[in-house]
Amino acid sequence: MEMDNTTFGLTMLICGMGGTLLTLWIMSLVMTVLGRLFPEKAEPKKEG
Amino acid sequence: MLEAILNGLGGLVAGFQALALDWRSIIMLVIGGILLYLGIKKDCEPLLLVPIGFGCILVNVPLSDLMAKEGFLRVIYDAGVDTELFPLLIFIGIGAMTDFGPVLAQPSTFLLGAAGQFGIFLTLLMALFFGFTKLEAVSIGIIGACDGPTAIYVTSKYAPHLLGAVSVAAYSYMALVPVIQPPIMRAMTTQAERATVMKYKARPVSKTTKILFPLVITILGGLIAPKGLPLLGSLMLGNLMRESGVVSRLTKASENEIANVVTLFLGLCIGATMSGAAFLKPQTLIVLGLGFVAICLDTVCGILFAKGMRVLSGGKINPLIGAAGISAFPMAARVVQREGIKYNKKSYLLMHAMGANAGGQVGSVIAAAVMLSVLAGMGIIS
Repeated sequence: MEMDNTTFGLTMLICGMGGTLLTLWIMSLVMTVLGRLFPEKAEPKKEG
Repeated sequence: MLEAILNGLGGLVAGFQALALDWRSIIMLVIGGILLYLGIKKDCEPLLLVPIGFGCILVNVPLSDLMAKEGFLRVIYDAGVDTELFPLLIFIGIGAMTDFGPVLAQPSTFLLGAAGQFGIFLTLLMALFFGFTKLEAVSIGIIGACDGPTAIYVTSKYAPHLLGAVSVAAYSYMALVPVIQPPIMRAMTTQAERATVMKYKARPVSKTTKILFPLVITILGGLIAPKGLPLLGSLMLGNLMRESGVVSRLTKASENEIANVVTLFLGLCIGATMSGAAFLKPQTLIVLGLGFVAICLDTVCGILFAKGMRVLSGGKINPLIGAAGISAFPMAARVVQREGIKYNKKSYLLMHAMGANAGGQVGSVIAAAVMLSVLAGMGIIS
């Protein structure tokens, strides 16, 4: 049975926007973890 | 003899006769001229509007058959747009040009890039209300990604007859971001909110993190939304080449030669879809109108989301940065900076806005990828 337009639109809104927010939230967490696992190391001071 | 001469001369005036009989071609020649004017005189996305405008003129010269089978523009269209190759090649260039450092330094700004995609889905709902089919509505909604290649990729695949209108809307409104966004930003925020100073502590990002970012995003994004992997993967390939620093020739080729050649062909092909018969329909006006609404809704939702973050952070966030969560990079971030400084000379929002804007760039691709995978999940596309 073909889905009606209202059901389709609301499903896209909920799954699409929800999925986008969830995906980017997971990615932001992964980036935070990456940043902690591989922090920028300070350059050693060159001795004159 | 005389008859042969008359017939020969008839061949030279046939184009004029056909043009005089086809009012739509005349209007489209004028529209092509307007696009060229906007690109050349007004500097609105000239890299695209000039080839689009010229392509529009070419395809509307009667009897030229440039989009007929084996016509010059048809060959380019079939090779690059029909196969979805051109938008993906452009994405490699965009990835090679984009520094995701600001968003890596502040991963929370990534979420603003998600909020800026609400317009896609709300516009999709509106397009359905206006009687468009499901896949047409998806293609119209994607204008809200504020991202030309994404809009072209989705539309060429699922509603190719709307490609001209959707592309023109996407690129025109992207160019108009500095005009469209400020009134909405002012209407949605109070003076005190706009004057909020956000502290920026430059957090250095290691090279390892910058290299791992495109790899992790590709794998993770591909697992969540495999249908959008061509888009995400090509963007991230460009970025990996940039951040690895070992293939500078390829990086430069991607952001210069390849991107330039493909932009030229892509623009011509978009213009070539704008024949009078295909473009001059009431639905084109509706598409243009919905595209405008999509970008307004992106801005509204981005600011509302930033307002939510402001509440949660105890007033430390300036909600203007929410407007930068769209894909128009770095234009949207500059608009935020310009607006912020109008209300507080000490306000320096650029780096925060760049983070949201880079998030918007990834967000628009993720939104399209998620959308395609949800469509596949529902059995609407294969």
